Amino acid sequence: MNWLITENKKRVNISEIPVLNFPNLREEIIKINKRVIGFFGKQEEENVRLFVVMADDIEGKLYISSSVFAKEEKEYESITQEIPAFHVFEREFYEEFGIEPKNHPWLKPMRNHKNDYKFFEMEGDEVHQVAVGPIHAGVIEPGHFRFMCHGEKIYDLEIQLGWQHRGVEELMISSPSNQLAESICGDSVIAYNLAYSNAMEALGDCEISNKAQLIRLIALEMERSAIHIGDLGAIAGDIAYLMGASIFGATRTLVINTMLEISGSRFGRGLITTGGVNFDIDKQLSEKIVSVLNKVATDVERTIKTMLKSPTVSSRLEKTGVVSEEQAKSLGLVGMAAKASGINLDSRFDFPDKWYQDVENRTIKAEGDVYSRTRLRYKEIKQSFHIIKKLLSKLETYNDEPMNVYVSSSKPDSFVISITEGWRGEVVHIALTDSQGNLSRYKIKDPSFNNWFALAMAVRNNGISDFPLCNKSFNLSYCGNDL
Amino acid sequence: MLETLKLRIYQGQQFIKDIPNAQMREQFRGFPTIVDAQVDVGICPTGAISNNPLSIDMGKCTFCGACARKCSSIKFSNYYKLASTDRNKLIITPNMTGEEYNKVAFEVRKEIKKVFGKSLKLRQVSAGGCNGCEMELNACSNVNFDMGRFGIDFVASPRHADGIVITGPISENMAHALEDCYKSTPAPKIVVLCGACAISGGVFQNSTKLNRAFLEKYPIDLYIPGCPVHPLTFINAILDFISA
Ligand code: SF4
Ligand code: SF4
Repeated sequence: MNWLITENKKRVNISEIPVLNFPNLREEIIKINKRVIGFFGKQEEENVRLFVVMADDIEGKLYISSSVFAKEEKEYESITQEIPAFHVFEREFYEEFGIEPKNHPWLKPMRNHKNDYKFFEMEGDEVHQVAVGPIHAGVIEPGHFRFMCHGEKIYDLEIQLGWQHRGVEELMISSPSNQLAESICGDSVIAYNLAYSNAMEALGDCEISNKAQLIRLIALEMERSAIHIGDLGAIAGDIAYLMGASIFGATRTLVINTMLEISGSRFGRGLITTGGVNFDIDKQLSEKIVSVLNKVATDVERTIKTMLKSPTVSSRLEKTGVVSEEQAKSLGLVGMAAKASGINLDSRFDFPDKWYQDVENRTIKAEGDVYSRTRLRYKEIKQSFHIIKKLLSKLETYNDEPMNVYVSSSKPDSFVISITEGWRGEVVHIALTDSQGNLSRYKIKDPSFNNWFALAMAVRNNGISDFPLCNKSFNLSYCGNDL
Repeated sequence: MLETLKLRIYQGQQFIKDIPNAQMREQFRGFPTIVDAQVDVGICPTGAISNNPLSIDMGKCTFCGACARKCSSIKFSNYYKLASTDRNKLIITPNMTGEEYNKVAFEVRKEIKKVFGKSLKLRQVSAGGCNGCEMELNACSNVNFDMGRFGIDFVASPRHADGIVITGPISENMAHALEDCYKSTPAPKIVVLCGACAISGGVFQNSTKLNRAFLEKYPIDLYIPGCPVHPLTFINAILDFISA
């Protein structure tokens, strides 16, 4: 057995995970031809154990394997050469453990800043560089963008991140809490806290109430729709379609204020706790939610239709910032970025959750441009509203169930993969425990980790003035990437 | 075009008319009201609670509500004017109401009103902020809150700014850029700490990847608690500050 095959949110014993020698593991990874979602090290005394998790999105299965690097083994043949999607995983592993992937195409720092790092440079009389960040013009998180331009045209963009690094994975081991999980990536409070809570519950072999599961997913879909509406506004703002920016901004407020009525926080902080939820949704609140969503749905539909009909809008969005399906596949894009390029990846449906089973998941016509990413948001807003109403109607059946159940302490020597589909895409948390049942490694992968490179590809051969628009259309996370 | 106009008319006016007296939904967790008791301080993830007398440090508090669920002597009111010019005043002791707190929270500085009273341009620096505070600061300028009507705006360049607003626990990697930004801002200038992370490190306070030396080196003018800071908390904090 070269792989341990498991499922989302299922606890396995670490001892069951195969250990291969690295060349074998490398061959296996290439052979099974699945999608990488985890590639990370764990210090085991003098050795480093490398864990690999591959996803089979069609069967809904997860494949785990591992390899051990002894103290003196400091290099291996990079997998990126064969599967480009590994590029960022290998960079991260190298930075954390100093084990070098040989023949990696561009082994630059991930989060640790070295002043001597030399950006990719183009030469030529007419070539100029534009450096942006870490502090940007707007109220946003920091990151550095280095453009190689010819006149107005972008030839190459190199993105350097890591400014937000707060050592989250270490903190998850020394002082794990729902509050910390909520603060890893504050625009995905629900998705992150859900991924964390699911992992902790799986480690304690605990099943939470149907009621709590429903309330959590209602919140997850509200988060998704609220951010998507806000993003439609941001895209409108970037092309100076100010009415769109204003209306979507105000419409988003209605959704997040409803979230406040549920949980006391506009972003749903404090709602989810390990073992269930802290707030109930009663019949009255449920009716209120439905009526707000109906109003929001009308406003969004009317505004987006008016907006997209305008030729000044479509001329800015169409064929801008294109990522082809082929590029998306080879780079291993996930979530919205993948879907907008025609790859139907969505862990809500790929790793079946009973509550999503009867939801229809139609795909949109996707061209990989800003227009597709805009349309996709509109589609997902409608879909989320549909799901929320469906879940709300089921809630009444479980009226008598508790909001919370007791979660027993984590089982020792365990390994859990917890995937949640946040609004950007899959949020992957992988939790390992030691022989005492304490967390010994906590690995987090934000969808942005895969997708930042897509932005770099998207802007090639576009005008530099379209960069903000392209950037907004992806709206990737800095802190989710930097951790 | 006609569609566009119709849509505009249908949307009507959305701004909150009276920001200092705006109604807040009752569920909002704002100013904590405390009756003295002994509480297990371990329930707080950020160490915001102390005993004898029971107190909550709003500079550390994430307003998660966990303590109030465990202990009936702590309640969170929906009072949202949480800011102070004095770090120590953020520590809330028993039997104080939000209104009483707000009355004493701002130190009067005549020069602030004189220089910034009519216009205050701010440069925001996210230094490890999770994008929660950042999203709320952006919301301050949307059509509902419309902070610009008071002459308060976020600007792109520190050279155009009268002060900086820091969010996040100040990651090591951002420490240098933050200081650069501060130095690029012309005097007289103010520094505002926005959110539990900026004020105390919040849930990240024990991280080894922070560098908070900036806060020792330069004077801090205003502390605005929250996780994230609600737009009404932010705008009122600034209004109270420039009119105190
Ligand atoms: S509400 Fe504040 S004081 Fe209470 S537990 Fe949460 S962080 Fe601590
Ligand atoms: S205070 Fe809270 S919302 Fe603000 S940056 Fe920190 S964790 Fe995020």
